[in-house]
Amino acid sequence: MNFLKLAGAAIMGVAIAGTAMAAGHSVRMGTEGAYPPYNFINDAGEVDGFEREMGDELCVRAQLECTWVTNDWDSIIPNLVSGNYDTIIAGMSVTSERDEVIDFTNEYIPASPSYYVALAGEEIDLTGGVIAAQTATIQANHIAASGATLVEFATPDETIAAVRNGEADAVLADGDYLAPIVAESNGELAIVEQVAIGGGVALGIRESDGELKAKLNAAIDSMKADGTLNAMLAKWFTENPPQW
Amino acid sequence: MFDWCVDPKSLEGASWLACYLTTPKHANFYISFFTVIGLLLVTVPPILLFGFAGAFAKRAAFAPIRWIGSLYTTMVRGVPDIVFFLFVPIALDQGIEYLRHKTLCREQTGSVWQGNDFVVCAAAKMPLGPSEQWVHDMYGFALAVIAYAIVFGAFAANIIDGALKAVPKGQIEAGQTIGMSPRQILWRIHLPQMWVYALPGLSNLWMILIKATPLLFLLGVEDVVYWARELGGMKTQAFAYPHPDWRVWYFGVLLIFYLFLTWVSQIGFDRLTARATRGMAVAR
Repeated sequence: MNFLKLAGAAIMGVAIAGTAMAAGHSVRMGTEGAYPPYNFINDAGEVDGFEREMGDELCVRAQLECTWVTNDWDSIIPNLVSGNYDTIIAGMSVTSERDEVIDFTNEYIPASPSYYVALAGEEIDLTGGVIAAQTATIQANHIAASGATLVEFATPDETIAAVRNGEADAVLADGDYLAPIVAESNGELAIVEQVAIGGGVALGIRESDGELKAKLNAAIDSMKADGTLNAMLAKWFTENPPQW
Repeated sequence: MFDWCVDPKSLEGASWLACYLTTPKHANFYISFFTVIGLLLVTVPPILLFGFAGAFAKRAAFAPIRWIGSLYTTMVRGVPDIVFFLFVPIALDQGIEYLRHKTLCREQTGSVWQGNDFVVCAAAKMPLGPSEQWVHDMYGFALAVIAYAIVFGAFAANIIDGALKAVPKGQIEAGQTIGMSPRQILWRIHLPQMWVYALPGLSNLWMILIKATPLLFLLGVEDVVYWARELGGMKTQAFAYPHPDWRVWYFGVLLIFYLFLTWVSQIGFDRLTARATRGMAVAR
């Protein structure tokens, strides 16, 4: 790749973009890309998963032109607020703390339980042991409040690896994320306990973006009403899919 | 890639691996190696620019310029890199968007800071919302280059300043006695002789720069570390090529890549040093 050429093209692109006015209404959908089956990068290098399919349908119904971008979970709210993208669509549960900083649309996944998962056959002390969770999740808050020792990781993948290599006694995460991992572990991992924490999952948007919120809410409601949302949930969440 | 890769889950052994290693996602991984090398090559000129500017500012006859030079090198070298890498691109980005908002959208009088939100009008966005993804990527890459140039330029300034001081005074005085102007002394005596003293320090800086490239990941540029982590992580049946946690292999590849880069660099610096030493009265 010729970087000088690319850099030159970029400078020209910015210059052209600077003189032309914004054409069409384009919405940048921000997701994590590391949380199957909610969202992940497929082998073609593109965002895939339940949220991709649902998000594309939302954009069709709301007549928006959407592009997908990925961002670390850790900085996903700051980058929304500073305008790097326009929505967070990343399996984010609605909480009152997050609601103070950003706004949420109507929920598109109903509240579903979180699982504690550990190596099969081990005795786990869920209130005194070492429990892994992803940074800045409702599960991390739950562990911190439960009295157990919390170890945090930047990606969900690393929380599972921590249980496998013995760094943590168990992991706490969304059941819909853990269920396929447990099912495919050939009996190595097992669900220890289910807990109900947090509300449903919704798109996060800037508090100043009321127009976008109204459009997306209408699209979500219409997908709930005609059953397409339930069909997609059943397709992607194979074990006990959450339903409206 | 290959035509037998249509149904990956029915494949085994070498053909599975051949298909797996040629997915478009792996192509992104391979391209990211060139992103890293490209960043290294693109940042060197601005680093030297900042370095020379800082060094000459520190040596300036006019006191306020001297203060600016000292402030730059002292402050930037004192602040942890990671703070700088997070701060500079965000501050630059918001600064550019703020100025564009003020010039392009004069009719909007409200503040751009609405509570937690930083809101500029659509025409002031950098790059514009509907731009192609590669424009967004190049913009992020350019911000990263500037951040690297500011940070590493401060170190380079100190190295160059030291090297300029290390050139023996007799050499300069010899130039004066045969009637050379200050400009001639600078270009014909001072700068050519400076390199031999600057190269050891600059080669250190280059090695540190190579090893600092994974910080790109913090700036949202999808570099080798991002793809190694993304590809190496455990993959469930939701993916076309499910596999267990293979990160150790991917990071092993990165280890070899970085060792190779530093090894090639060492050879290059040895040659540069040999060249800068030619005809000079310094012991090798």
